[in-house]
Amino acid sequence: MSAPAEVSVRDEVRAWLNDHWDPNAGLVEWRTKLVESGWGAPDWPPEWHGRGLSAELTRVVEQEFARIGAVGVATGGIRLLAAATLLEHGSAAQKRQFLRRILTGEDVWCQLFSEPGSGSDLAGALTRAEFDGECWTINGQKVWTTSAHHADWGLLLARTDWDAPKHEGLSYFVIDMRQPGVEVQPLKQMNGYASFNQVFFSDAEVQAEHLVGKLGQGWSVAMTTLAHERRRADGLRSGRADVEDAAPREGTIYDEEAQESATALAPYKWYPQRAGRVDLTLPRALASGRIRNPAVRQELARLLILANSAEWTARRARAAQQQGQPQGPEGSLGKLAASHVARLASRVHTMIAGADALLAGEDGPENGLIAEILLSVPAVSIAGGTDEIQRNIIAERVLGMPKEPRFDRGPFRDVAQNRSPG
Amino acid sequence: MPDVQFHFTEEQRQFRDVLRRFMAAVSPTTEVRRLMDDERGFDPAVWRRMADELGLAGLMVPERYGGSGFGLVEVGLAMEEMGRVLLCAPYLASGVLAANALCRIGSEAQKQRWLPGIASGETLAALAFAEPGGEPGVESIAMQAVALDGGYSLTGCKDYVVDGCNADLLLVAARTGAEGGLAGLSLFAVAGEAPGVSRRRLQALDPTRQLARLDFDGAPGELLGELGGAGPGLAQTLDVGAIALANEMAGGAQRLLEDTLEYIKLRMQFGRAVASFQAIKHRCAELLLQVELMKSAAYHAAQVADAHPEELAYEASLSKAAASEAYLHAATEAIQLHGGIGFTWDQDTQLWYKRAKSSEVLLGDPAWHRERMIQVLEQREFGSASAGAAA
Ligand SMILES: Cc1cc2nc3c(=O)[nH]c(=O)nc-3n(C[C@H](O)[C@H](O)[C@H](O)COP(=O)(O)OP(=O)(O)OC[C@H]3O[C@@H](n4cnc5c(N)ncnc54)[C@H](O)[C@@H]3O)c2cc1C
Repeated sequence: MSAPAEVSVRDEVRAWLNDHWDPNAGLVEWRTKLVESGWGAPDWPPEWHGRGLSAELTRVVEQEFARIGAVGVATGGIRLLAAATLLEHGSAAQKRQFLRRILTGEDVWCQLFSEPGSGSDLAGALTRAEFDGECWTINGQKVWTTSAHHADWGLLLARTDWDAPKHEGLSYFVIDMRQPGVEVQPLKQMNGYASFNQVFFSDAEVQAEHLVGKLGQGWSVAMTTLAHERRRADGLRSGRADVEDAAPREGTIYDEEAQESATALAPYKWYPQRAGRVDLTLPRALASGRIRNPAVRQELARLLILANSAEWTARRARAAQQQGQPQGPEGSLGKLAASHVARLASRVHTMIAGADALLAGEDGPENGLIAEILLSVPAVSIAGGTDEIQRNIIAERVLGMPKEPRFDRGPFRDVAQNRSPG
Repeated sequence: MPDVQFHFTEEQRQFRDVLRRFMAAVSPTTEVRRLMDDERGFDPAVWRRMADELGLAGLMVPERYGGSGFGLVEVGLAMEEMGRVLLCAPYLASGVLAANALCRIGSEAQKQRWLPGIASGETLAALAFAEPGGEPGVESIAMQAVALDGGYSLTGCKDYVVDGCNADLLLVAARTGAEGGLAGLSLFAVAGEAPGVSRRRLQALDPTRQLARLDFDGAPGELLGELGGAGPGLAQTLDVGAIALANEMAGGAQRLLEDTLEYIKLRMQFGRAVASFQAIKHRCAELLLQVELMKSAAYHAAQVADAHPEELAYEASLSKAAASEAYLHAATEAIQLHGGIGFTWDQDTQLWYKRAKSSEVLLGDPAWHRERMIQVLEQREFGSASAGAAA
């Protein structure tokens, strides 16, 4: 009962994979082929490494990749946020320079938005960018910057006009992270990992052609990045990965892929745990016999209701989008739901662990994994915009409730600010 | 087998539009309040139009018995729109519970005899399963039926029977064997006016839903389907009912959210709209999330019931537990955000509060459904539920 478009896409990608897929190819070599053919990012526009396919047909392509275990383009980190932002606001030269290497995995990206004085209030950025006629000079500090320690490029929000009102004095740049004026210091998190950093700019340079969008319009470019970030926080596995691999994985390309994630992803090992690991609750409750405790049964059922409802809500939002409704602030609903799920999962894990919840590391349940859940969940309701900010967005943009009173109008230099630290 | 969809089709959306216009026209709260004091509790003229113009009475009845043959997705849509306006009508009782029980349990001849009347709205039927005490589910049914003169004789009490006083046809669940649980349960057709049946309309906490106590004293009943074979069909019927009810509840909760927002955007305190306070905005954002989550569960359950009937019990319990908590939360928030006027009789919020409260308990309270979810999961894992479980 498949639509003709689906059949022909399936046949086409199948034939292409049949001719080209080689489990012993080099990882970058293979991804380069994907980029050139448009099968690596089929939902991207045809002029930029894609085929302009709908989300539905893109899924067909993903299924075909999964069926034979073909490796896809790189998707980790914030590279796809960078790509989405550049696809929407970047110049042709920027797209030419960056998009390909985003997909091949050759470049790592980070998002330089939050500062010590402005996190929720991103538009309060104090990092300054000054133009000398040829090149931008950057001075200031960013913080909580995930991946900065191994990033090649950064998405930078900086102030270019101090006399304009707050949101109108910002510009958006791509900055080369591998230069002397950029100093990165990893920050240890409460769960012991260090996936985020602080970043100091002292006369760092940005080429004139790396301004994204127009001068002074950095805020609207940043909103594109954030909207994609919130949507991705809806608890569904990210786009390209949500089809299970069916085929055996034998070949050197898999070793290379595994190596890539082992070295690059070590600081991010806790990521699955921050969402609460709902998948572990029922098996652990069954295996430990805690399932017989009536309180555990009730809370576990509550969690399954919440987690399933959240997933289905996210799927409804995606389905609506596939039917042509534009991406709206619904992403905030999914993000808020994900926070609730993570918190409740953390509670249920504690109930199941009993006294073992006192222990971590090798002494802790599941070799420390449960402790890692309990200590990672608090990130979800902060990273990517706090729950409070999501509630503001939902109330104002979905429910049409009045906006918060503003105390930050007029020229930015007159707006009350945090004192610089130290 | 059809796949689970996460959106409604164009036809389903149009169906919803038609229903919404109809419901808004026939069930303003002035009408709801009038029917709360009415002896039957519904307007037969409106019921007639629902059946004739919209085919609602037989929405779920197969076409060969005079119905429209739709699945639970369409029933869910209809229930959602009815719940939005607190429609007072015997739809859940006759069109969902009784029609389903007959379809699942009755013999071919019995279906041919009764379903067309139910589908046309001519016959009002009600399903009598619960007994005093109201233990959810059908496992604990104790009432006995005994064979007599080629038929059966029923004696005992059925309680909380939705639209029990309005029904021409009562479908009564009773035991015909010594076994417990789902085994040994049979379903009987008893005429509403049969000798040995006395019916009393109960004072309901939610006067928009009609509840009755039925006393049977040697009332004559006709066995439906196989002797002792009604258990599984009854359980499935209650699951379908719970999913339909969860959709009705989603409609009510959505309406509460909308009405509350409208009020607090206009209500001024401290020189600004109440809706402008962040404490209020954040509660409304959370409320929207809860309502969306309950809708997702209710829609999903309806889809799954049609596509994967083996998941019916789990999905029914999941959606009903979700709906129970969310609807009551919405109603509680709605009253709170209205302030003093929310506690008055004349303000309409209280009508939905009562519907939310009664729906929370009807067809199983949330704790019972959560427990049942875990039992289903244990059954999948071990083939039986754990011993110390029953709460
Ligand atoms: C694991 C992790 C990874 C991160 N990665 C990155 C990254 O890669 N790049 C990056 O730029 N940033 C990153 N962040 C930063 C993150 O986006 C900010 O921490 C977050 O937006 C909150 O800002 P803040 O820390 O300054 O807190 P604040 O804004 O100071 O907030 C403090 C408290 O006040 C509340 N609050 C603030 N404003 C309001 C309001 N208007 N109404 C009601 N309550 C309010 C907040 O909700 C919070 O509870 C990351 C954070 C974490 C935890």
